[in-house]
Amino acid sequence: MTNIKKITSSEITPEHIYNDRRNFIKNLGLILSSSALSTFANTGFGALSSLPSFTESKDHGNDKLTSLKDITSYNNYYEFGTSKSDPHDHADLLKIDPWSISIEGSVAKSLKLDVDDLVKLIPIEERIYRLRCVEGWSMVIPWVGIPLSSLLKKVSPTGNAKYVEFVSLKRPSEMIGQKDDMLDWPYTEGLRLDEAMHPLTILAVGLYGKVLPKQNGAPIRLVVPWKYGFKSIKAITKIRLVEKMPVSTWMKANSKEYGFYANVNPEVDHPRWSQATERRIGESLLAPRIKTEMFNGYQKEVAHLYQGMDLKRNF
Amino acid sequence: MKFNQTYIKRLIFILSLWPLLSISIYIFQDNLGANPIEFIERHFGKWTLIFLCLTLSMTPLRRITNISEWILYRRMLGLFVFFYASIHLLCYIGLDYHFAWIDIKNDIIKHRYVLVGFLAWLLLFPLAITSSDKMIRRLKVNWKRLHRLIYAIAILGVLHFVWLVKKDLTEPLIYAAIVSILLILRLDIFNRKKN
Repeated sequence: MTNIKKITSSEITPEHIYNDRRNFIKNLGLILSSSALSTFANTGFGALSSLPSFTESKDHGNDKLTSLKDITSYNNYYEFGTSKSDPHDHADLLKIDPWSISIEGSVAKSLKLDVDDLVKLIPIEERIYRLRCVEGWSMVIPWVGIPLSSLLKKVSPTGNAKYVEFVSLKRPSEMIGQKDDMLDWPYTEGLRLDEAMHPLTILAVGLYGKVLPKQNGAPIRLVVPWKYGFKSIKAITKIRLVEKMPVSTWMKANSKEYGFYANVNPEVDHPRWSQATERRIGESLLAPRIKTEMFNGYQKEVAHLYQGMDLKRNF
Repeated sequence: MKFNQTYIKRLIFILSLWPLLSISIYIFQDNLGANPIEFIERHFGKWTLIFLCLTLSMTPLRRITNISEWILYRRMLGLFVFFYASIHLLCYIGLDYHFAWIDIKNDIIKHRYVLVGFLAWLLLFPLAITSSDKMIRRLKVNWKRLHRLIYAIAILGVLHFVWLVKKDLTEPLIYAAIVSILLILRLDIFNRKKN
């Protein structure tokens, strides 16, 4: 008795995007050995062979979706190298099957499960979000995932749980960018508990109606749309509820430039990049930059989380 | 010999147009990637640094090889530095910022990597307009003094790249190393006249 339309993953993918994907796989084939390619083709993009049916996003807004090709070929994912094309070129080396994710720390009952079980436990849904990178570019991405709050409720955080720490994977043999110590691996991020419980915060397992590609953080990644992209940690293995504010990887690397909150804020400039405007990926060569919005345009939903806080100091 | 030099100069001129040709191929093949403006900006930025290194190589090459002709190509290479730096700047002002002067001003004063890049271009300007034979004759010793600015420009240009990069300094440090070597080779201890 729900009027939310249930659709299958094949229905949501427009044909030209589907074709893009075929081309994408074909292009990857040039890089991969034939045996690796057949593995890849059999398992789709990750441990999940396909997504269960999900609720379509009702909120497309005025934003034009960024193409799958751009979303999957222009990534910051230093585990695979520092160039934007490295994740696309090298992420296939990562084995994501088997993969388990544990939720532990200050919880009544800790949980360890794989992504297959997770999507059986909690219904997945589509969320179309703007993603704003701290470097001054942005995309519009149709994620598929679960609200993080649904998962956290399952473990019942105790009174000591004030923050949530997320830990990614350290496996230099497959994440070849980790052969370089430029960041303190594994990548670590954190949210305040109320940020983690916010309905906009999701764990994504899919993209464009299909299983999440590895370069985008398969098998499971965080998406916090009102914060700069680096907060949305990829390839999560651990979620830990803690009492003290976690120190994220980028805070360790450069605490003057990257703070704990990292909320999108056009009024707080970054020493390297202007945060007043942004370039939307996929627009024509002649398209102008667009104005960056407070909290990446999610001000109505999230501003109350930061009431009374000095956002210049808590950047 | 004279014929040869003219021929070589023409060849260098044509080869120096490669960055324009290669970006045209990228554009024509629609191969600029997800962020085409960044791609074009970086392309011309990189070639500006390469031509800067080439320009600075002519004097050491003359001494090391004992062939004086190298110096004949220095001016043209230097003008290509200005040419590609100007295209790089124009891409930033026009393509990237659509001539939004207030945004551009804020970007320059708030971000040190933009500031040093802009300074480097400003300093190139007087060198470019005093590059003719007539100006060389008119400025006499001052011409040489003025054109020593290229050393400062090289340092600012490399800093521009170093400060832009978030974490992986490999590429900017390669340019830093090359520029350092080219500047060190100019120190007196390497320059004692052989008798």
